[in-house]
Amino acid sequence: MRIEQWVYTIPLRLRSLFHRNRLSAELEDELRDHIDRQIEHNLARGMGAEEARLAARRAFGNAAAVREQTHDTWSWSGIELLLSDLRFGARTLVRTSGFASIAILVMALGIGANVALFAIVRSVLLNPLPYADPDRLVRLYERISVGGLNIPDGATAGGMYTEWKEHNQTLADMAIAGSTDYNLSSAGKQLPEVVHGGNLSWNMLPLLGVRPVLGRNFTADDDKPSANPTVLLSWGLWKRRFGGDPAVVNTTILLDAVPHTVIGVMPPNSRLPSISTPTMQLWTPIFEAKRGDLMEMLDEHEFRAIGRLKPGVTEAQAVADLTLITRRIHENHLDDSYVAFAANSRPLLDSTVGRMKTPLYALLAATGCVLLIACLNVANLLVARAAARRREQAIRAALGGSKLRLLRQHLMESLLICVAGGALGFFLAASVLRWFVAVRHDVPRVDSIAVDGLVAAFTLGLVVLCAAFAGAISSLSMRGDQALQALRESSRGQTAGAARTRLRSILLSIEVGLTIVLLIGAGLLLKSYAQLRSTDLGCLTDNILKMDLSLPTARYKGTSSVANFFSSFVDRVRNLPGIQAAGLVNPGVPGDGQGSNDNFTIIEHPPLPPGQSNIANNRWCDAGYFAALGIPLLQGRSFSSNQRPGHSTEIIISESFARQFFPGENPIGKHMTTFNQTGSEIVGIVGDTRIDPGEAPHPMMYFPIFAAPDMIHSSTLVIRSGNDVTQFAVPVQRLLASMDRTLAVSEVLTMDQVLGRNTLEASFDATLLMVFAGLSLLLAAVGLFGVLSYIVAQRMAEIGIRIALGARRAHILRLTLVDGLRPALFGLLLGLAASAGSVKLIQSMLFETRPFDPAVFVAVSATLLVVAALACAMPAWRASRLDPMQALRTE
Amino acid sequence: MSKPSDLVQGTLDLLILKILALQPLHGWALSQRLKQISGEVLQVSDGSLYPALHKLEQQGWIHAEWKPTENNRRAKFYSLTRLGRRHLEKEAANWERISTAISSVMRLTEV
Repeated sequence: MRIEQWVYTIPLRLRSLFHRNRLSAELEDELRDHIDRQIEHNLARGMGAEEARLAARRAFGNAAAVREQTHDTWSWSGIELLLSDLRFGARTLVRTSGFASIAILVMALGIGANVALFAIVRSVLLNPLPYADPDRLVRLYERISVGGLNIPDGATAGGMYTEWKEHNQTLADMAIAGSTDYNLSSAGKQLPEVVHGGNLSWNMLPLLGVRPVLGRNFTADDDKPSANPTVLLSWGLWKRRFGGDPAVVNTTILLDAVPHTVIGVMPPNSRLPSISTPTMQLWTPIFEAKRGDLMEMLDEHEFRAIGRLKPGVTEAQAVADLTLITRRIHENHLDDSYVAFAANSRPLLDSTVGRMKTPLYALLAATGCVLLIACLNVANLLVARAAARRREQAIRAALGGSKLRLLRQHLMESLLICVAGGALGFFLAASVLRWFVAVRHDVPRVDSIAVDGLVAAFTLGLVVLCAAFAGAISSLSMRGDQALQALRESSRGQTAGAARTRLRSILLSIEVGLTIVLLIGAGLLLKSYAQLRSTDLGCLTDNILKMDLSLPTARYKGTSSVANFFSSFVDRVRNLPGIQAAGLVNPGVPGDGQGSNDNFTIIEHPPLPPGQSNIANNRWCDAGYFAALGIPLLQGRSFSSNQRPGHSTEIIISESFARQFFPGENPIGKHMTTFNQTGSEIVGIVGDTRIDPGEAPHPMMYFPIFAAPDMIHSSTLVIRSGNDVTQFAVPVQRLLASMDRTLAVSEVLTMDQVLGRNTLEASFDATLLMVFAGLSLLLAAVGLFGVLSYIVAQRMAEIGIRIALGARRAHILRLTLVDGLRPALFGLLLGLAASAGSVKLIQSMLFETRPFDPAVFVAVSATLLVVAALACAMPAWRASRLDPMQALRTE
Repeated sequence: MSKPSDLVQGTLDLLILKILALQPLHGWALSQRLKQISGEVLQVSDGSLYPALHKLEQQGWIHAEWKPTENNRRAKFYSLTRLGRRHLEKEAANWERISTAISSVMRLTEV
C-alpha cells in the first residue's frame, strides 16, 4: 500500500478500531435497506407480500455469511480475533487455576534461572573489557621450570619487566601492577584501618585508556623510588571515608605512617577489571611503593605485566619476541632456576575471567535443562488438557470451526503461561542477580552484572521460544484427529487408543532423561564438595581465630623493632584469660591458599648438577604456632627462644619434606642453606598441612619468624580457645590498640570461615545444581503420576471388566505399575547415556571424584527408580482396588 | 459456502469501480446496475457485493456516505475517490492488455 493511500485511510482505520459497534450497526442498516428495497421492487413487479420477501432473501444469499465476510474486510479484524482467543485462553486458565499456577511457576523458575545465568555469562565472560581497543591487550607471563615443576603462566618479576619493556619490538607499551596492604590512618578522628591497595606503573592507565574521574594520573616522575609518595583513591574509599569530597585532592593521608599526597580518584572498581579487585581501596605508583631491589630482581615473581600489541602484530609474534629476550637473560643466570626461560601470554580478557568459563557454562547448561524440562512439563499438561477436551474440539470441528482457529487457541494458552512465567521469571532473575553479586565476590567482574535492555530482550525471546516449543509439541497430539473417532471413543464402553498416551510417555522419558543428567552432575559436584570440606588440613579447625596485622615500615625500622613488637604482642595475647594458645605465622594459615616457595640446598648431601635445585614451600612462624593450630610435632622440638634477629640457626620441616628429601635418613641435626639462612640446623619435623584444601600437602619448611629478614612486616595471629573463639576478637584488638594506636587488624576469620571462603565456589555450584536437579525430579514425579492417573482413568471400564472376570488384584497392580514405570525406565537409560557425555564437561570442576563415580551413578539411578515407583504406586494401587460394579456404572 | 475465485473477485472489484465512476450509487442500486449490464453472465448473490464494497472502502478507493433518498429514507451511497479513479485507470489498462492478449491467442485457428 502506498503512503498516500495510508494517509487517506487513517481516519477510516481509526474508526474501525474504536467504533466497531457502530460500524456493525451501520452494516445492519445497510443490509436491511438493501432487502427492503428489493422487497419493494418485487412488490412493484406484482409479487405477493410473502413471495416478495422470500424472493428478496433468496436473491441476497446467506446474510450471516455476508455479515461475517464483511467484518473480515475491516481493518484489525485479525487482532480482534486474536483478542478473543486471548480472552478465551485466559478464561480457561483462570478456571483451572491449579494447573495454571503450577505451569506458570515452573516456567518462571526455568526462565528466571536462564535469564540470570545469561546476564552473568554476558557481563562476566562475554562483554569486552571496558578499555580502549581491548582486543590488543595481552597479559604477559613468564615460563618457569623449577625443581621439576613447570609453570607456564608464572607472574612477572620486576627485573624481567624492565628488560622486556626496554628491548621488545612488538608491543606499543607495557605496564606492570602489584598489590600491597597498607595501614591507612588520617589526621582526623577516623580509626586506622588496613586497606588492600594496588601498585601500578605510571603508564598503566594510559595503556588501558583509563583516566581518573578526579585529579590526575601518576606521572613518570611519581613512579621513581626517590619520588614524593602519591596515591590514587578508589571510588569506594573516596565515597566511604572521605564523603565524596572533591577537596580531598592534594591533601595528605598516612599509609603505613608515611604521608602520601592524594592526586586523584579512580572510576568505580567495576570499570577496572584486570587491575582491581572489589576490595581494592587505593593505588600507589609501583616503583615508588615497592622496594627498589625487588623491582630489579629476576627471580621474585610478584607482578602482573600487561602489554598492548603494536598494530599488525600477533600475540604469537609478541611472545616469540619476549621469549628471545627472556632466553638471553636465562642463559646469563643458569645458576638461578627461578629465572624464567621463556615468555607466554593470554588475551587480557581470558586471563581475567577465563577460570570462570567451565563453571558458568556448566551452570548455564544446567539451567537450559531446567527450562527444557519446564517446557516439556507445560507441553505435557497441555496434551493432557487437549485429551480431556477432545470431545469439545471434535464437536466444534464438526460444526465447522476452523482447524487453524482451534490450533491457535491451543497455542494461545501456552503463550499466556509462558508470558506470565517470563514476567515472574524476570523479577526472579533480578533478585537472584542481586544476591549473586552480594555473595560471589570471588567472581571477576561480578560488580558489572546488570539487568538491562538486552537482558529484558533475552527474556522476551525465551518466552516466545518456550511458548512456540510447548505449543508445537502439544499440538502434535491434535494432528490428524478424526472427529468421528474422537466422538466414538469418548462414548461409553470404549477404551481410548494407546496412541493417545504415547506422546505423553515420550515427553516424560525425555524429562526423566534430563533429570538424570542434572542429578548426576549435581551428585558429582556434591561429592566433590564433600571431599573438599572433609579433607584434613593437617591442623585443628574448631575454635581457632586468625587475624592479619602489619607494621608500618616507616615507624618500625629494622628487624629488631618488628620482632620485639610481635613477640611482646603474642606474649600478651597468650596471657588473656580464656585463650589456650596463640601463635604467629607468615604468609598465611593452612587452607587459605597463600603460599610462597624457595629453593634450598642440604649441606650434608652432594651438590646438585648446575641448573637444578630443590624447592619447597616456606613459612615463618613462632615457637607457639604449631601448638596453637594443633599441628603435631612428630620428631625433635619447636624453635628455641634464642632465634632472634641476626641469629637464625634453626629450621623445622614437614613430614612430606622429610620423606621427599631425606628418604631413609634422619633429618634431625642435618643442615640446610636457604636464601636467608646459611647452615641452619633442622630441629624438628611437624605434620603436613595443606595450603589449599583442593591440593595435596606440599613439602614445607618453617623459619623462625622473630629472626625473619627485614621484608617481613606483617604476620597472622592465630588464637585458640575452649569455646566460642570469636568473643576474643575485640579484646585482642583492644590489646593491639593499647600497644600502638595507629594499628588495625584485618581479615578476622575463624578457620571454618577461611575454609568456607576457599570452598565457596564448589559449594555454590553443587548447591545450585542440586536445587535444579531436585526440582526436575519433582516435576518428573508429578508428570509420571499424572500420566498414570490418566491411563487408569481411561481404562477404568477395561480394568473393571478384567476384575469382574476374575483377574487377580496383584496382577492388575503389576500391570499398571509396569505401564507407568516404562517411560521412567526409558528415561533412565536415555539419561545415563547422555550423562556419559556431560560428565566430561565438568571433569575439571571435580576434586578427588572421578567423572564416572559408580556410587553417584548407582545412587542417582536408585533415587529415580524409588521416586518413580512412589509416583506410580498411588494410581496403580487405586486401579487394583477398583470396585468392578462401580467402575462399569460410573461411565 | 465456497468463495468466488480470485479472478471473479478481482473482476467484481473492477466492475464496481467502473460503475461507481459513472455516478455514486447505494448498494441496492449498484446490484441492479450490475445485473442490468452484465446480464446473466455474472452469477453473484446480492449479498456478496457488500464484503467487496467494504474492502474497497478500507483500501481508500471508494468513499461511503449516508445520504437522504426519496420519501424520507436514507441510504449509504458509494462514490469513487481520487485514488480510486487512478486505480481504476491502471486496472482498466491492465485488463485491456490482458484481454487483448488472451483474445488474440483465442483467435488463433487450427491449421
